[in-house]
Amino acid sequence: MDEQFVLSVVVDNHAGVLARVSSLYSRRGYNIDSLTVSATDDPDISRITIVVKGDEYILGQITKQLMKLEEVKKVERLMPETSLFRELLLLKVKAPLEYRSSIKETVEIFRARILDMAPDAMIIELTGQQSKIDAFLDIMKPFGILEMCRTGITAMARGTSTLFNPENTDNI
Amino acid sequence: MKMTGAEILIETLIEQGTDTIFGYPGGAVLNIYDALYDRRDRVRHYLTAHEQGACHAADGYARATGKTGVVMATSGPGATNLVTGIATAFMDSVPLIAVTGNVAKELIGRDSFQEVFITGITMPITKHNFLVRSVEELAGIIRDAFRIANSGRPGPVLIDIPKDVTISSCEFKPGPRFQAAYKSMYTQETIERAAEMINQSERPLIYFGGGVISSGASEQVLRLSETAGIPVCSSMMGLGAVPADYPLNLGMVGMHGTVTASKAASECDLLIAVGARFSDRVATKAGGFAPKAKCIHIDIDPAEIGKNVRVDLEVIGDVKDVLSKLNGIVAKAEHKAWTQYINDWRKKYQRAPKEDSDALRPWSLITAVRERVGGNEIIVADVGQHQMWVAQHYPFSTPRSFLTSGGLGTMGYSLGASIGATVARPDKRVVVFVGDGGFHMNLNELCTLVTYNLPVTIFVMNNSVLGMVRQWQSLFYKKRYSCTTLDRQTDYVKLAEAFGARGYRIESKKDIDSVLDQAFSCKGPCVVDCRIDRDEKVIPMIPSGKTVDDIILE
Repeated sequence: MDEQFVLSVVVDNHAGVLARVSSLYSRRGYNIDSLTVSATDDPDISRITIVVKGDEYILGQITKQLMKLEEVKKVERLMPETSLFRELLLLKVKAPLEYRSSIKETVEIFRARILDMAPDAMIIELTGQQSKIDAFLDIMKPFGILEMCRTGITAMARGTSTLFNPENTDNI
Repeated sequence: MKMTGAEILIETLIEQGTDTIFGYPGGAVLNIYDALYDRRDRVRHYLTAHEQGACHAADGYARATGKTGVVMATSGPGATNLVTGIATAFMDSVPLIAVTGNVAKELIGRDSFQEVFITGITMPITKHNFLVRSVEELAGIIRDAFRIANSGRPGPVLIDIPKDVTISSCEFKPGPRFQAAYKSMYTQETIERAAEMINQSERPLIYFGGGVISSGASEQVLRLSETAGIPVCSSMMGLGAVPADYPLNLGMVGMHGTVTASKAASECDLLIAVGARFSDRVATKAGGFAPKAKCIHIDIDPAEIGKNVRVDLEVIGDVKDVLSKLNGIVAKAEHKAWTQYINDWRKKYQRAPKEDSDALRPWSLITAVRERVGGNEIIVADVGQHQMWVAQHYPFSTPRSFLTSGGLGTMGYSLGASIGATVARPDKRVVVFVGDGGFHMNLNELCTLVTYNLPVTIFVMNNSVLGMVRQWQSLFYKKRYSCTTLDRQTDYVKLAEAFGARGYRIESKKDIDSVLDQAFSCKGPCVVDCRIDRDEKVIPMIPSGKTVDDIILE
């Protein structure tokens, strides 16, 4: 059965590392839902969060193939129960005068924010889990979506443990 | 000491153990070749006819010795001409360093003359590649490249050097030789579990591949087989690691393997895969290979475990190291009933090759060659029917005595590779078997063999067709021979002479002896045009997607 996996990948912050990771996916035919690259507190290290659909076989292969890349330091699967997954949505929606208050109401319920307002449109920002963003979009759809973009998931494990500690060679 | 990038490159290559470079000069590597000129007494450079030939030569050099092959080419077309050679080395896990020049940094990205994004092009066919951005990082990158190419599962690494980096200078400090590093991921319990599975099995079989040769583990495989009474078979890449005449060696397994090896794989209750990757040429049907067996997979590359077949016990580590530990604790056994089965199959399926006419049959030639050079030879095979005939009929007895493109199946591999093998091992007799199709692809390298007077004997198994494709057309495409009939008018004897080599022809079986006498007394390269029938087939054959139950024997 295909399920969704969230992988956090610690990589050297080199030019080309994203190309190496993403070319692996097209070469081996894995299905990526989203991929985000983030800076970390260490300027030499970046963190890539990959959301991928597949079965246990695909998950195992992806992890091992990623670990073979010279610039990949660590690959870890983040489990939903013990991790935080967040995504950012920017949404431009039609907002003529008569709908403004009902849009505002929805925005408040979802704890979203209105970032920009034009005479008949507004831009809304929402951060949350994928499911929350999906639900919000369902409700906003009837108002008329003009434009949207979602960042894809970025993720971190709960608690004090960290994904990567450069002193700990066990990671490499 | 202050040096230019070009000088640092050559000095670091020498420091890392390079004594031979195969390559082809050009605009972007002028500085490098200039630095090479001053160091020509410390490192030999072999100039080939084409960069692809140079890359196969570096590959052949590496396969024949276990050392790192080094190839150099200029930017643009020089770099792209290496691509097939790099992919060939990648698929067969050959340690190779490819150095390419590139246009100067300020010209990169502007579609400059002879500019190509070679690090992008070679990303999926190298273990890693580098674009050198400053002369200061050059020496470190070269040392890293050697370490990466030789660590864990070996493979090619490309270093792309912009021209301005080769002329800028910085302080150069000599460094140590690379240390190959790998991380074994097995525990003592894993070894004990493996031994237990072996001890409990009634019908065990060892299936080994090229990893045994890379790791130098021939002795350990043999010892495991002898101690625990386990028959062995191998992929094509493993040929030579265990002597062909070892009584428990069943030979090659897979599409064109022996019937006995394939039967043994389908009947065994424990398969011990050692440094092999269950390619589709071995496990012809996914899920249909060794269906009754539990499987222990020993390999240095974790990504190979469970990639193509389901595995019951994974042992990730250097196969020599793993087998040494395993040999220490595995119980002595004989498996008499199992070996009896196998010997019965052997008797039943042993085919005495047909020798019914005066026509030249491939195996008569192979056997005659073996009789003359046996014991001190390196056989290089190209790709196609002749490659399979050699794999089936040549009784390889030492590791690194059979060089051929297994994974990528690169037609045109053999001539280049023979250059590398000959300069690496001047003490060996290097023999090439090639089809007339593959020979035409890279026959330009005959000039290289002549220039350096390399005594390579080239047997062109000439059937005027692309035999392997024709065989498939014959079996699976109703004999519709689409674009596989060559009927070229090449006169191989005259061609060889035009290049400055010797040329001979074998038209029927009776010519073999006299021609081989002459060919093997040549001091330099020679080409032997061997006329064989266009409908000669490679059998046995298990069709793709089928199992031993569907084996074609006639």
